[in-house]
Amino acid sequence: MNTKISAAATNRIEFRGVSFHINDILKRLIVSGVSLEIPHGETLVLLGRSGSGKTTLLKLMNGMLLPTKGEVLVQDCSTSSWDPIRLRRGIGYVIQDAGLFPHFTVAENVGLVPSLEGWDASRTAARVEEMLHLVGLDAREFAHRHPRELSGGQRQRVGVARALAADPPILLMDEPFGALDPVTRAELQREFSALVRRLGKTIVFVTHDLREALLLASRIVLLEAGRIVASAAPQEFLRLDHPEVRAFTSSLTVTPGAFA
Amino acid sequence: MNPQTTWSFFIDHRDEIVGATLDHLTLVIIAMLIAIFIGVPLGMFIVQRPALRAIALGAASIFQTIPSLALFGFLIPIPFIGGIGKRTAIVALVLYALLPILRNTYVGLTGIDPAVLEAAEAMGMTRAQILFRVRFPLALAVILAGIRTATIITIGVATIAAAIGAGGLGTFIFRGVALVSDSLILAGAIPAALLALLADFLLGLLERKLKVS
Ligand SMILES: Nc1ncnc2c1ncn2[C@@H]1O[C@H](COP(=O)(O)OP(=O)(O)OP(=O)(O)O)[C@@H](O)[C@H]1O
Ligand SMILES: [Mg+2]
Repeated sequence: MNTKISAAATNRIEFRGVSFHINDILKRLIVSGVSLEIPHGETLVLLGRSGSGKTTLLKLMNGMLLPTKGEVLVQDCSTSSWDPIRLRRGIGYVIQDAGLFPHFTVAENVGLVPSLEGWDASRTAARVEEMLHLVGLDAREFAHRHPRELSGGQRQRVGVARALAADPPILLMDEPFGALDPVTRAELQREFSALVRRLGKTIVFVTHDLREALLLASRIVLLEAGRIVASAAPQEFLRLDHPEVRAFTSSLTVTPGAFA
Repeated sequence: MNPQTTWSFFIDHRDEIVGATLDHLTLVIIAMLIAIFIGVPLGMFIVQRPALRAIALGAASIFQTIPSLALFGFLIPIPFIGGIGKRTAIVALVLYALLPILRNTYVGLTGIDPAVLEAAEAMGMTRAQILFRVRFPLALAVILAGIRTATIITIGVATIAAAIGAGGLGTFIFRGVALVSDSLILAGAIPAALLALLADFLLGLLERKLKVS
């Protein structure tokens, strides 16, 4: 059994013929026949409409869901043989709706994984401040607030800081900038891509915004109803000839007053 | 009923009334402590054990449906816990208090935003860490609401415990009914009502303090 995500090993993620269905009478397939390799240091963007299975793919990567067929390998070890606690401590996860702990302050939320990992208080505190600064929140102003005292966008940023806090080699981000206004969003995207280049982490980033995907991805994987229908570098992605790709690219151009 | 005579009755018997109130309070506190020590851990336990859930909640509901005087009566012949006196009364009070505590512990622990529990799981918290550091603190206000309900029920039911010789404020009420004396009945009923109001107020304060939105 693999016991610890190590920064030294290659942080590769691989899907081998993975299918997943809900365990009920309907046995509805949510992910079907997904094979995918995410090499060390890549920023893979999972693009797809609502309900296409993006979040499900992320949960298959950190062992919160196990495939009903095929296997998911993290650092060349199947998620079903990983100790789930160790696996998840090494994977930062930004939850779609931030999922902050309402009874913890911002500082306690961000410092959770470091404290679970046994960091001492002063090291955790320093790390919390650093992470808040990274996501553009002033620690003096925000560290002692509770999540209910934050705006939706601020909550999301705390969610990002929390995922980064223990410096995990793998980062899963489920629409981390979804609740932000376009201006702040563009700002954070720019800072984030600079950060990504500096950190050298393996990142899987979920969005349904093609613009965001083009900006951040080293590769874009397009999902439709639980299947991969396209996979390409951003430059090539726009040229692909697939109806779902066209559906997304046509959403890029805006004709003012077209529906008026 | 003459307020004047009732008032002078209270003054004349104030030592007895205070003594009975303290007896009453002791009965309630002991019963509540036992009920909390059984109800809260049991509620935490059945969150993880669906098979036990129906049995535990069902049994606790059945005790609540038994009229209190009958429950005291049923317990008297049972060895060890039964007999005449305080011990039997405490057992009955615990059985009454159990349902609100057990139910609220269970509801509080399970009624938590699924996104928060998902986050806890995704951060690599163990089941025990999730229970004690996430579920329990978030459920505390709901659990306390159950304890508050149980306390008020227990203060009321404990007046009936006097019927089996457990003492407390019920002693005045039963004597008052037998002697057709309003003053005696009120000497039991008024302190019992005040105790219930006070408990409701204090536990309500605590509950609001613990609430996280
Ligand atoms: N626990 C579940 N029980 C039943 N169906 C589920 C469950 N989880 C997900 N699904 C279904 O699986 C499909 C994929 O869900 P998923 O959350 O992966 O979508 P998504 O691509 O992340 O969507 P969004 O962009 O809206 O977040 C959806 O049709 C959803 O209804
Ligand atoms: Mg999703």
